Amino acid sequence: MRAFAYERPTDLDEAVALLAEHGPRARVLAGGTDLIIRLRDGSIRAEVVVDLKRIAELDGSIRDDGGRLSIGARTVMTAIGADPRIGRDFQALAEAAAVVGSTQIRNRATLAGNVCNASPAADTVPALLIHGADVVAVGPAGRRRIPSDEFFVRSGVTVLGPDELVCAIELPRPTIREGSVHVRRTRRRGHDLASVTLACVVGADGVTRLAYGSLGPRPLLVTDEDGLLADPAASDAAKMQRLAALFVGASPSARSMRAGPEYRLAMLHVLGLRAVREAIARLALRSGSR
Amino acid sequence: MTFARRIDLTVNGRPHRLEIAVHHTLLEVLRDDLGLTGTKECCLVGECGACTVLLDGISVDSCLVLAVEADGAEVTTVEGLAVDGRLHPLQEAFLATGAAQCGFCIPGQLVAATALLADDPQPTRAAVEEGIAGNLCRCGGYEQIIEAILGAAAVMAADGPAGGEADSVARGDPGR
Repeated sequence: MRAFAYERPTDLDEAVALLAEHGPRARVLAGGTDLIIRLRDGSIRAEVVVDLKRIAELDGSIRDDGGRLSIGARTVMTAIGADPRIGRDFQALAEAAAVVGSTQIRNRATLAGNVCNASPAADTVPALLIHGADVVAVGPAGRRRIPSDEFFVRSGVTVLGPDELVCAIELPRPTIREGSVHVRRTRRRGHDLASVTLACVVGADGVTRLAYGSLGPRPLLVTDEDGLLADPAASDAAKMQRLAALFVGASPSARSMRAGPEYRLAMLHVLGLRAVREAIARLALRSGSR
Repeated sequence: MTFARRIDLTVNGRPHRLEIAVHHTLLEVLRDDLGLTGTKECCLVGECGACTVLLDGISVDSCLVLAVEADGAEVTTVEGLAVDGRLHPLQEAFLATGAAQCGFCIPGQLVAATALLADDPQPTRAAVEEGIAGNLCRCGGYEQIIEAILGAAAVMAADGPAGGEADSVARGDPGR
C-alpha cells in the first residue's frame, strides 16, 4: 500500500478542521472495509487518512431521539442487524445490514461508510430510502440534514463536500403500521455482492414504497400511492403491470458485473412482486397482534 | 502529520510496544513484525477470511484493519487458541474430522469458528454455514469443517465450564 499520513482526531471540530485543511487529499476512515481495499489497489490515493474511531461524539450507539432513531457514524452492520428497535420499526434495514459481506465485514463495516461509499449495489441504501432516512453531515458551516433520496448522485459520488463528514443516519419512527422487507439476488449463497437489491414497505394507509439498487448509477425510490400494490385482493398480473410502470427508471449497464442487464431487469420485477407480497403479510401480522 | 506511530498491542495475552508505519495493516504487523505467520495473507479484499483474527474478541479480516487502528486492543490469532500446548476443542475436532486438506484456510476457519461459538455455543448447521460464509476453502472441505465445528460445540457443551474457554479467547482475555 502506498504510504499516507494518519490522523486520529478526538473531537468532531478537529476532524472537520483536518478535512478543511486537506480537502480532497484527505479520506475519512470509519470501518475501512471499502477504503483500505481501494487504498491498496490505488483506485483511491490519499495523502492523509482521518480515522473517526477516537471521536467521543461519534460512538457506535443507536439513540432514541424524539421520534427518530439516530445511528451514529461508527455503528457497524452487526449492531444494526441485532438492534431490537430497528428490527421492529425498520425491518428492511435490519435484514439488509445482516446480509452485507460476511461476519468479519459486518463487524467492521459501518452504515455511514456504506452510504458514503455510494455503491449502486449497497444493500442498506434501498432500505434507507423506503424508511425515509436522513443523512446528517457536519462541515465548517455546521450541521445539515440531507434526505437520503437527495444524497446519492452516481456510483461513488454523493452530495457531500470534501470538507464534510457524515456523523449520523436518522430514521423517522413510523406514525402508522407498516410491513417492510429487504430481498436480493446474488450469484451464490453466503458472501456476495447483489445483482439486484430491493426493499419494500407497505403502510396501513395503502401507500407502498419500493427502492432498488444494482440497476443503474444510483439506487432509486418509487412510490405507489393509490393502494393497488398494497391490496391483498389485487391480481398478480395487475401488480406486475404496476411494477413495470414504477421500474421504468431502471437502467442496468451493458457492462455490468455479476449479471447481464436483461437478467437484472427480469429479476427486479420478480423480486418486486415477492417483496410486496411479504410486506403485505408482515403488515397483516402486525394488524393482528395489535 | 504522522507516517509512523508507536502502538500498544496485546497479542495472545502478551503485550507489545511497536513502532509501525501507519499504512501497514494488522495482518502485516502480525506476520512481519511479530513473526506470527499462522494468520494467512490471501485475497487482501475481505473475501476469503484467511487473515481472520479476533480484535477485542470480535472476528475481523486483519487485511482490512490498519495496525494503528488496533492501538490499545487485544488480538487473538490462531497461535493463541491452544493453551499450554493443549489444543482447543475446535482444533481437536478439525483434526478428528480431517477438516484440513491443504490447510491454508484453516487458521482463519478456526478463529472464525471460535468467534461463532462464543456468540452461539450451540449453533444450528445453518448458523455455522452463515458464521463461516466469510471463510473460503479452495479444497472444498466445507462439509468436514462444518462437521468439526458442530462436533466441537457438542464437546464444549458436554465439558461444561470448559466451554467458557472459547469465551475467554473470544473476549481477548489477557489473563490467559
